Amino acid sequence: MSVTFARSEADRGARIFRGPLVSVLSVAGFMLIWFIAAEIAQSRLLPGPGAVLEYIYQETVHGDLLTELGITLWRVAASFVVAMAIGSVIGLAMGQMPALNRALDPWLIVLLNLPALVIIILAYVWFGLNEAAAIGAVALNKIPNVVVTLREGARALDPGLDEMARAYRLSPLSKLRNVTLPQLQPYFAVASRSGISLIWKIVLVVELLGRPNGVGFELHLNFQLFNVTAILGYTLAFVAVMLAIEYLLVQPIERHSTRWRNKPV
Amino acid sequence: MNDIQHAGVTSRFEIRIEEKTHVGADGTLVPAIRDFVLEVKSESMTVLMGPSGCGKTTLLRIVAGLDDRFTGEVDVPEGARIGVMFQEPRLLPWRTVRQNIELVAAPDFSEADLEWLAQAVGIADMLPRYPQELSLGLARRVALARAFATKPDLLLLDEPFVSLDERTADRLRRLLLEVWQARPTTAILVTHNAREAILLADQLVLLAPRPTRVVAVETIAVPQAERNAHAIDKIHADLLRRHPANFIGG
Repeated sequence: MSVTFARSEADRGARIFRGPLVSVLSVAGFMLIWFIAAEIAQSRLLPGPGAVLEYIYQETVHGDLLTELGITLWRVAASFVVAMAIGSVIGLAMGQMPALNRALDPWLIVLLNLPALVIIILAYVWFGLNEAAAIGAVALNKIPNVVVTLREGARALDPGLDEMARAYRLSPLSKLRNVTLPQLQPYFAVASRSGISLIWKIVLVVELLGRPNGVGFELHLNFQLFNVTAILGYTLAFVAVMLAIEYLLVQPIERHSTRWRNKPV
Repeated sequence: MNDIQHAGVTSRFEIRIEEKTHVGADGTLVPAIRDFVLEVKSESMTVLMGPSGCGKTTLLRIVAGLDDRFTGEVDVPEGARIGVMFQEPRLLPWRTVRQNIELVAAPDFSEADLEWLAQAVGIADMLPRYPQELSLGLARRVALARAFATKPDLLLLDEPFVSLDERTADRLRRLLLEVWQARPTTAILVTHNAREAILLADQLVLLAPRPTRVVAVETIAVPQAERNAHAIDKIHADLLRRHPANFIGG
């Protein structure tokens, strides 16, 4: 159910991307509304797009913006890889072994419902204010989602294709590459797409609570200074990075791996 | 010097299944096969014919090594190469036709072999396509090519032409015969279609309803190439007279 939904969502994304004009107009419209609102408000607490872009430029050239972005991006990537690797292995195992599924299901439900903040605080208290605790806490927040998605994937594997692979005596590696992984591809896509957005939000919280650098730290600092221009500047810069990842990395990869599906029957 | 021989190609082999039982969803035991003994001749087409649901597919899955929960013995030689055509084509939708065939092909399967095979089953233009672009008839041709690409010692065909219209099915049967006669292989085909069985079989094995066993083995002497509609009618009439229970309605 969730998979078909995500697929049609992806199709829609791809269509819009094919007509970039629509996207450009949409962004321009947003900027215009922002500009008008700032002009009317005339407040230090709502700077216009010009002031924010100026701030981004100044901080990029003379300040630490790129470094802070890089540090946060690194944490996002590390947590993402850890969460996907551990979550997929557990999810696939649970999907194929009913006994294991019954044993781990209560843990999964607890983790799914544990607030991100609790995990982060406990990780810092128990393991100290360090990088490993930060990344571990973020990954732990994401792992249950990956497990649930990949468990569905493992349950949906086609027994007919499995028989075909066994009858033709495919090697385990060849079977994994040609039969199993392609069937799981949509589930990986769903898990990673929802994963990146969830993870970067949690990474900011982790940075705010216990790291001396990164976008989350900068947001915290500028909140104390009531510097809304800086807060919007950092947010905008990071959102731009995430959009670039979505359009330049995630969607092209997805289109490549589902190209067989887009053909007319 | 002796020729190096593939055990499966040169030696006949025997299928002996004393008992195969299915466990139903409610835990009841349903006997599927009992006291089934059959000797399969090498490089000949053995057709197993029986009513729907008599356990033919189960039998073929056992021979293919997909099911080992039975008592008895199937002496398919260790390492024998097997080509299978299932009831559905079972192609990998994310691989092109060419990739689907090459994935399972024998190590010495060459580009020339592929071209010959694709030409023979009429899919030469389809090699770069994905299976979803193909009609069921075309997908079956690809499945047929894939089964032969393994250069099989043993070819297993599980009602490979069901749910096709009669003309398409007939064309595919002739295709199967052409490819098979060009590359003689020990083959077992199961079907419930009497005319299909009579067209293809060297050795026609009639099966009893569940639990299935061999009722009779008929050898059809007329070469396959000479079995036109008239010849099939004649053989059919003869078999109907001698085995009415197996051929009524067929």
